[in-house]
Amino acid sequence: MNDAFDIRNMESHIEVHKFRGGAIVGATLLALMFQAFVPVYFAKAAMIDLPLLITIYFGLSRRNPSTGLLLGMVIGLLQDSLSGPTVPLGLYGIAKTVIGYLASSIGARLDTEHPAARFALTIIFFGLHQGIVLLTRRILLAQSSVWFTMHLAVAAVVNAIVAVFLFALLDHLRKS
Amino acid sequence: MPGIPSRHKSIFLLTGVVLLQVLLLALQIKRDSEGRLIRVWTVGAFSPFERAGNHGIGHLRETWRHYFALQNASRENEQLRRENDELKMQVNQLQSKAIEADRLALLLNFHKSHENVPMLNARVIATSAGTASATIMLDRGSKDHIKKNMGVITPEGVVGKVVEVYDNTSEVLLLTDKDSGVGAMLSNSRKQSPVGGAGEPLLLMKYVANDDTVNVGERVVTSGMDKIFPRDLPIGTITEIKPGNPFKSIRIRPSADLERLEEVIVLLTLQPLQMNQETETAKPVASVATKSAGETAKPSASAASKPAGEAAKSPTSGAAAKAAPATVSPVPVPVSDNAAAAVKPE
Repeated sequence: MNDAFDIRNMESHIEVHKFRGGAIVGATLLALMFQAFVPVYFAKAAMIDLPLLITIYFGLSRRNPSTGLLLGMVIGLLQDSLSGPTVPLGLYGIAKTVIGYLASSIGARLDTEHPAARFALTIIFFGLHQGIVLLTRRILLAQSSVWFTMHLAVAAVVNAIVAVFLFALLDHLRKS
Repeated sequence: MPGIPSRHKSIFLLTGVVLLQVLLLALQIKRDSEGRLIRVWTVGAFSPFERAGNHGIGHLRETWRHYFALQNASRENEQLRRENDELKMQVNQLQSKAIEADRLALLLNFHKSHENVPMLNARVIATSAGTASATIMLDRGSKDHIKKNMGVITPEGVVGKVVEVYDNTSEVLLLTDKDSGVGAMLSNSRKQSPVGGAGEPLLLMKYVANDDTVNVGERVVTSGMDKIFPRDLPIGTITEIKPGNPFKSIRIRPSADLERLEEVIVLLTLQPLQMNQETETAKPVASVATKSAGETAKPSASAASKPAGEAAKSPTSGAAAKAAPATVSPVPVPVSDNAAAAVKPE
């Protein structure tokens, strides 16, 4: 296996996937562009957190906690920068760093190629992400935020559905 | 890292990276300008693509509207369809131009009716990249004389205020953002109270006492007390009133469609915009208004001297507003100390 190899031993069938040159950077920039640009025309698209989905996908695929958390940090900080001056740098950065780390760690232990697994993991990671953002707001920024709304629950499901299709699409960027 | 098991390295790295970002957050809380450089670079890098994307989408929409949307029907009857298509295409083009002309005419009329207020049209090229804030990015910046804290409106109503300015772009905090606020009053009773965002499509009016009479459907307009927006610009319409302790909880639907903004007007002045007094019919009222305004001058001035957001959140007396005459064209007046303070960044 030149481009994909067993991460642990011969008994394990969990592979680390490599991607084509520029795939991660390109997908990340496209996701951030989408996040900032598309809601101008489709307001409802704002509930899709594409940078989060990209963090989860590459975390699950690369299965290296160090690169996963660093990618999450970069994506999060860029999202903070594009979210206006009322969002301090680090709010999404911290959340996506943790998600990148967790996704990579889980990806190294579980087979996450099945759409059902991806759906469930995205819902869990979305909830965790919201939880970390809320904790950061409450504890570090002393801002009040609501823990749960119906809108968040719907957003979690929508993001999970989008993730299933997006991840299948991103699979094509893997080196065969 | 010798001595550290490799599986623990990533945990150390995670801890370090998170701590660094916590430090970054703490620095920003202490000093507002920290991290601005990163934002400037990021926005500078992304805005050309957003601008290009905006043009691209516009072109695609036009193409879709004028060609692809008509293509399916053309299969039914070749010859007749082609002619029909051409006609439909022309009609569509004319319609979209008419809609655009209507929209621009609305903006032009607004400009004409407020000739004394320097304004600038701007196009929305992006929105906030996350749901934690409600901001939009405009295609005009400091090169077009836009400055921080300038008001942004549409002919339908108030949109928000400029919170960040770059060379060719600027960022606007929408009224619906949790940190947003505007000096407002009820159009019928002229009772004044700030209106703020709640992080959802509806706005909140917080400081109206339970004794005050407020009706669903009543219009809410700017009071001019925040020294950013001229008086009597529409903010929204009351959709829900709930009794609270000690104030009512009033929800307002914004007049401007803040979820579908494509073009906006930036009020190119940081000077307080003052309304002209009505002459003939308003004379008796004007004298009362002068007195009332004098009585309430102190509270409003103190509110103005606060940062805009704070000023908007503090309840103000409605006495002056009750007596004041209705809308007339706004004119800029010279900058006063209070006004300068009023437009200080939050």
